Amino acid sequence: MEAIIIGIAKSAIRLATPYLYASIGETIGQLSGVLNLGVDGVMLMGAFSAFYTVLKTGNLILGLLAAIVVGAIFGLLIAFVNVTLKAEQGISGIGVYIFGLGLSSFLFRTMVGTVETVSGFPPLSVPLLSNIPIVGEIFFQQNILVYGAFALVPLTWFILNKTPLGLSIRAVGQHPEAADSLGVNIVHIRYLTVIFGGMLSGIAGASLSIALLNVFQQNLTNGMGFIAVALVYFGAWRPLSVLSGALLFSTVNAIQIWVQVKGINIPSDFTLMLPYIVTIAVLAAMAKRRIHPPAALNKPFERGE
Amino acid sequence: MKYRNIREISMSLIPLAAFLLALLIGTIMIAFLGANPLIAFQALLKGAFGSMNAIADTVVKATPLLFVGLGICIAFRAGVLNIGGEGQLVAGALSATIVCLNFPNLPGWILIIIALTIGLLCGAIWAGIAGFLKAYFNVNEILSTIMLNYIAAYGMNYLLSGPIMDPLQIRLGSFIPQTARLPQAVDLPRLIPTRLHFGTIIAIVFAILVYVFLWRTTIGFRIRMIGQNIQASRASGINVQKYMVLAFILSGALVGLGGAIEVLGVHHRIFTDGSVSGFTGSAGFNGIVAALFGQLHPIGTIPASLLLGALLTGANKMQRVVQVPSALIGALNGLIVIFVVGSEYLRRRQTRRVERNELKK
Repeated sequence: MEAIIIGIAKSAIRLATPYLYASIGETIGQLSGVLNLGVDGVMLMGAFSAFYTVLKTGNLILGLLAAIVVGAIFGLLIAFVNVTLKAEQGISGIGVYIFGLGLSSFLFRTMVGTVETVSGFPPLSVPLLSNIPIVGEIFFQQNILVYGAFALVPLTWFILNKTPLGLSIRAVGQHPEAADSLGVNIVHIRYLTVIFGGMLSGIAGASLSIALLNVFQQNLTNGMGFIAVALVYFGAWRPLSVLSGALLFSTVNAIQIWVQVKGINIPSDFTLMLPYIVTIAVLAAMAKRRIHPPAALNKPFERGE
Repeated sequence: MKYRNIREISMSLIPLAAFLLALLIGTIMIAFLGANPLIAFQALLKGAFGSMNAIADTVVKATPLLFVGLGICIAFRAGVLNIGGEGQLVAGALSATIVCLNFPNLPGWILIIIALTIGLLCGAIWAGIAGFLKAYFNVNEILSTIMLNYIAAYGMNYLLSGPIMDPLQIRLGSFIPQTARLPQAVDLPRLIPTRLHFGTIIAIVFAILVYVFLWRTTIGFRIRMIGQNIQASRASGINVQKYMVLAFILSGALVGLGGAIEVLGVHHRIFTDGSVSGFTGSAGFNGIVAALFGQLHPIGTIPASLLLGALLTGANKMQRVVQVPSALIGALNGLIVIFVVGSEYLRRRQTRRVERNELKK
């Protein structure tokens, strides 16, 4: 029993990685007032570019960089459409999703074609800490992207709450007029957060294709990016709460995988359904908590003239 | 006044410009692959319009896009973003199939009517869940409809993996996840000796009905009003929540009907390849593209669906002739959406400028 729980906990920590990168990135973007629903599409592109680079060069760092660059390019596109062209963010995000899904499938079919595996980031034991019984095994024998994801949470919290930049980001999302009158460049801040969010979505994809699963296939993410957006609501735009949401989902996933591997007699389609049902339930439960999103979310900034 | 007409024409050209821009990017991508874009597009055109059968296939492909697009028109006009076309198609198709499999002895035309009605109702219910959660629990409808897509797809996959699997597949031990072929009595009538079926006519009739509903009835007016200005609607005494749910239900009803017609008119069974878009072929998403491309106008959605249907049908031919994967069209569809919503701003700015000029006069 103990071994089972340790096993599930260990894989829950690992599986939280893509959710964390994607939803922390989305949190920052939404705090500045930009809703990006295309996360899943960007994750797919990040996953593909990382996978392809590693397949061709064998260099994991290069693969990760490829995902970051592609994520940044997508971030730039999203920022341009949503901030400069002031598009309806809900719909443009769906466009980005369809684009990313189609393009990653297209590139995969033309440049790879068949299912291939790569050797991804290996587990990296943290000296000393990994020797602690149970805790060491669960937390400190993971790959480097896992550590990165968990380090990102306090870092983001610090930047958002303790630095002038964080203050500007939140001001732009809460009260753009006031921020503007104080000389904060709203367009710059929003481009910055959205491009950064794109990079993190790219890493989220890479964490799937070159660390967790080590394969790429069409629609590899299967809606994970949308769950990541839901996690931002769940976490009420606070990095630490987003973390707990990500852990909730990764635990659901870990249990689902364990059930499947064990061959327990529950149809796999039901267990696959579980994260999506949990998402809806969680979103509905959230409504009772009366937490308000950033006031300027999904509202393009128009300076009164 | 003449000025205004020119302005309106230039506005309606925006989707066309978006389409051409997407096509240009597609051309670059094809050239990048080392294929000749001219030959590729020739193959695409031939695949979409090259013969009577090709044209029929294009129209058949466009039909579910039109149903989804019409549903999207109603929802988006009400200001709610129904991204759940995939799930609602599945709900409609699955329920219609189950009805037909269980009552094979009813007269064909009665069974057709029952199956289509049930499909419509199940699509409405599936969308209604998201509408209810949006109106009364403030759950973001984009997220809930996406989640409902996955739930519907996995539910369908579960049913196809056993409970409603073709008994023949079980007997043969091949276990292909599909149902038995539906009784031929429920095949929708063919229009001409091609795959073109009566469902297309139903779709066009519904396009006109949706237009009349949205622009010529009080309920339609209210639905559009909450999409335009929710505060003003509330202030004028419209029960915003009720109409939001209604918009979702009507939207899902059209999509569900589209799913049922897809079964009765085209496939005559339900099948899956295990992925979430195995049965729908992403029509639930492509229908959104059609609606946006048709400027969220039911009549405009007709040519828009045809165009996308042609692209999708032609893409298969293109894939065979020049080995350009048909997934390219998926990517281009995404670009079309981005360009169309991106150009809204230019359009608004133009409107403002013209209005300002008119004021000066």
